[in-house]
Amino acid sequence: MEILVCARRVPDASENEIQLNSAGNDIERDDLVYSINEPDNYAVEEALQIVAKSGGNVTVATVGTDEDEEILRREMAMGANQGVLLSDDAFTGSDGKGIATVLKGFVQKNKFDLVLTGVQAEDGGAQVGGMLAAMLDYPFASLVNSIEVLDGNQLKISREIEGGNREMSEIDLPCVLSIQTGINEPRYVGMRGIRQVASLEIPTYGASDLGVDTAAVGEAAANVKRDDYFVPVLGKGAEILQGSNEEIADKLIELLKAKGGLQ
Amino acid sequence: MTARIFAYIAHKGGVVDDSAAELLAAAKKINSAASPTAVVTGSGAELDAVCTTLCASYAEVWKVASDSLAYPNAELVRQALVKVLPAGSLVLLPHNHFGIDLGPGLSVKLNAAFVPDVVGIDGVDGTNLKAVRQEFGGQVSAHVRCNIETGAVINVRPGAFKPVEGAAVAGVVVDKSSQVGALTAKRRYLTTVMPEAGDVDITKEAVLVSVGRGIQEKDNISIAEELAEAMGAVVSCSRPVVDAKWLPKSRQVGSSGQTVKPKVYLACGISGSFQHLAGLKGNPFIVAINKNPKAPIFQVAEVGIVTDMLEFIPELTNKIREMKQVSV
Repeated sequence: MEILVCARRVPDASENEIQLNSAGNDIERDDLVYSINEPDNYAVEEALQIVAKSGGNVTVATVGTDEDEEILRREMAMGANQGVLLSDDAFTGSDGKGIATVLKGFVQKNKFDLVLTGVQAEDGGAQVGGMLAAMLDYPFASLVNSIEVLDGNQLKISREIEGGNREMSEIDLPCVLSIQTGINEPRYVGMRGIRQVASLEIPTYGASDLGVDTAAVGEAAANVKRDDYFVPVLGKGAEILQGSNEEIADKLIELLKAKGGLQ
Repeated sequence: MTARIFAYIAHKGGVVDDSAAELLAAAKKINSAASPTAVVTGSGAELDAVCTTLCASYAEVWKVASDSLAYPNAELVRQALVKVLPAGSLVLLPHNHFGIDLGPGLSVKLNAAFVPDVVGIDGVDGTNLKAVRQEFGGQVSAHVRCNIETGAVINVRPGAFKPVEGAAVAGVVVDKSSQVGALTAKRRYLTTVMPEAGDVDITKEAVLVSVGRGIQEKDNISIAEELAEAMGAVVSCSRPVVDAKWLPKSRQVGSSGQTVKPKVYLACGISGSFQHLAGLKGNPFIVAINKNPKAPIFQVAEVGIVTDMLEFIPELTNKIREMKQVSV
């Protein structure tokens, strides 16, 4: 099976204190730790497990710039056969639909049986996979947490729905699936593995290579634009206990006693 | 601002989903004078019961009945909506497992804009809808503008819009079924599998010691278990801990896990994503322990401790044990 995984490099929200810049129009990006978007990594692992059983190849593609190559190499070190960078000045400022339009161009220049994305990006909204499927007229399923390859060009999949329930379906190939975290246990990638793929060439394709109409992508075509960032105020905020760990523990024990937290 | 607003209403067993009132509230934020139209798909007596309920709050209810729509398969619902919705519509969906499945593709097929996971709406300015979204796990929010000239699909975060009390309306049902015809899907629903029951039922516990990504590795789970034992509590967790297979799914609090209603909730190394908080009901006393002072959990907790949980929790456990020995 020929599998494409669409991946992104994002600031890792679990590793960063996200701050606003002084102008308030963006987050402070200077000291951020970037990594592959976590669900995308699960998608690559799932693709690798499918080809290990059924044969085929795994291609990882990202829409971005030279800086994003690092996640392609990381996923190649995991075992992906090829990394591809989709990059063009015309793509800058694309919204979800613009990104999906670029990916559609790449899918149509190739032949994939299965396209995987992560369920959502840190700054996204679980949108690109569903849009890409609709543009290609492929069937789509979101929040996928198991995949079984069936005979007859079909998959049996489950989706994560409310309360830990799993919605089981059959889906025809080719299709697009967005992968939920926890579907598998992504393999570890060490520095040695990364070094081994450091010199492999990563092909880069621009709008003309992909047959993408530059009027349909980029900032000018974006229907959704961000004006600014702000820090939300959800509630009155917690009373922060101060002092040494020992002092804090004493205060907390008194509070827990009062609230019935010690039984 | 003349675009017609539609709210797609989910339902189960003849009962209207909570999102019906929330989408109505969101529609009023787009245009306070708007009278949004409910759209429902399904089949049989259950669908009729849903229409009757919705007529008390929506002035018009569009009903699409078809045997093929008996289960809400997003691929089939999309085909039905594309056939019945007028060009340029604003379509409201809940941003849950169904809206995530339906919304993006629907926006492509309607040639409309898509705004995912909206938590606030500040009305319309010319051809732009002004909305609020959260990014980076809720650490920051963003004002976004969405061009709605050719319509929009707007996915609304569950719980973000408080239902507004309005005068009861005497709504009418408009049957749109004949516009839809036969539908076939390349994705076919088979069945729904319930999760396996766990060793403990966290939904019945009064005190939960809940661990998140900050626990860092499987071996550290014992730190939380020891604290829970000292407190007379039970260990629960957030999603990353289940993803890593460090605790079973039955211990997960959140929209994709269990809904709990403890008296006291000790959130240790949990950032506080909305999916996690959605599983926390009954207004518990929340204590948050997290080394990231920007973690959203501090906004909803009563008491916060900014420290490394791996150092703090063993110390707390020891103090509780000492105290209990003294009092015995």
